Amino acid sequence: MNIKLLHRRALYFLAVIIAFGIITGCASDKKKDKDSDDLVTIDSLEIDEQLIQDVKTVKEIFYSLPSPLETAMILKQAGAKYNEELLNPTDNVSRYVTNKSMALNLGIYTTDLSYASLFDQTQATISYMNAAKKMAEGLGILNAIDEDIIERLEANINNRDVIMDIISETIMNSSSFFEENDRQALSTIVLVGGWIEGLYIATNLVGADADFNNNELINRIIDQKLTLNTVMSLLDENSDNEDVQAVMTDVNELKKIFEKIEITTSKIEPVTDEETKVTTLKSETTISMSPETYNELKEKVKVIRSNYIL
Amino acid sequence: MKKIYQILIVLTVLALIPFYGNSQWKSFAKKVCKLELTPYIHDGNYNAAILTEGEDAELYKTFYAGQNYRIYICGSDALPEIEFQVLDVNRNVLYDNRKDDYSRVWDFNLQSSQQLIISLRVKNSEGESEELVSGCVAIMFGIKEEAD
Repeated sequence: MNIKLLHRRALYFLAVIIAFGIITGCASDKKKDKDSDDLVTIDSLEIDEQLIQDVKTVKEIFYSLPSPLETAMILKQAGAKYNEELLNPTDNVSRYVTNKSMALNLGIYTTDLSYASLFDQTQATISYMNAAKKMAEGLGILNAIDEDIIERLEANINNRDVIMDIISETIMNSSSFFEENDRQALSTIVLVGGWIEGLYIATNLVGADADFNNNELINRIIDQKLTLNTVMSLLDENSDNEDVQAVMTDVNELKKIFEKIEITTSKIEPVTDEETKVTTLKSETTISMSPETYNELKEKVKVIRSNYIL
Repeated sequence: MKKIYQILIVLTVLALIPFYGNSQWKSFAKKVCKLELTPYIHDGNYNAAILTEGEDAELYKTFYAGQNYRIYICGSDALPEIEFQVLDVNRNVLYDNRKDDYSRVWDFNLQSSQQLIISLRVKNSEGESEELVSGCVAIMFGIKEEAD
């Protein structure tokens, strides 16, 4: 009898918990009542006005960093060559046991994966997908890179379009997982890891005799001064997280160097091709960076990256 | 006791609806929204939020010289029109979809790399609706390699 009573109490307790879940879970449901029928009082009208006022002022802000895939495409477009020695060896996966190191290296390995795939490096593509999978699993990202994805990758290893689509899907699986599970701090660290890896590859691919005034790869490295603003904003948003604070210290070191680079841009003029409907944003940019600043930047990126890959 | 179990099952199903909705949206974004980026490749970033009519959102991103980009604003069918603008850092308007029949797609490239702002706003419904409509909105980016 007592057991029955306990059972019943436990069920009532569960029911209360679930009912609470429904009430809070529906707070962001699809429709918000403007008026509550039959119960219109002065108070409720005031609340409704406040609600509408709030709706008018609420603003969602996103700061978007280049994804590992975009970073690799920027590198290739700028004339980068493939150099596997620059990538983080996949044997290193066992070194990463903390959330911070796994998040940084998820970004790093995904950039390496994207870079290898863009240069049709089939074996490296599979190896780096497996390395990224281990990092994702370690971070508890369910199904970001499952066996089905690895099998699809292997089956389409000579079809670059499909490979790129698979990589894009894995990045989206990870970023949406972090977003939905309120782990934006880790998502930021993943993106910064990928961004640093892109900078590391780029700075190491610039030849010693490169012309500083006419080198696309150097131009893209300088452009990172623009992205740095977004990196800082994204880190600021998550600055209550200890791991983010540590990454912020590194990025601030980079910021000091980027501040020595000058970029000036003319007014942007959009010109649309009537046939293709593609718009070109026309503008002229002048940049100024000394070889000393470049070397300082390259050295700092190398130090930060070696701390990340451990 | 049997009745309590029945109530519990119904409550559990109701409690899971918001999560189901979330995963359904992600699945929609993956399958439907991504297709709208073709022949561009989705960069993989997921920028999505629930917006109510009248609400706005902004996204800050650097776009690089030499790349071809497609911006696609993907929103729930239930939502009214979505206005979107592309602005430079001084908030000069470079594109406004109100002048383009509320198109949700914009293709562009750049002579020099720029930080741009994508600003969007869900219009208010026309007529005297009883409810404010909310829905998921995603800002998606596609990139295209230059032909070899």
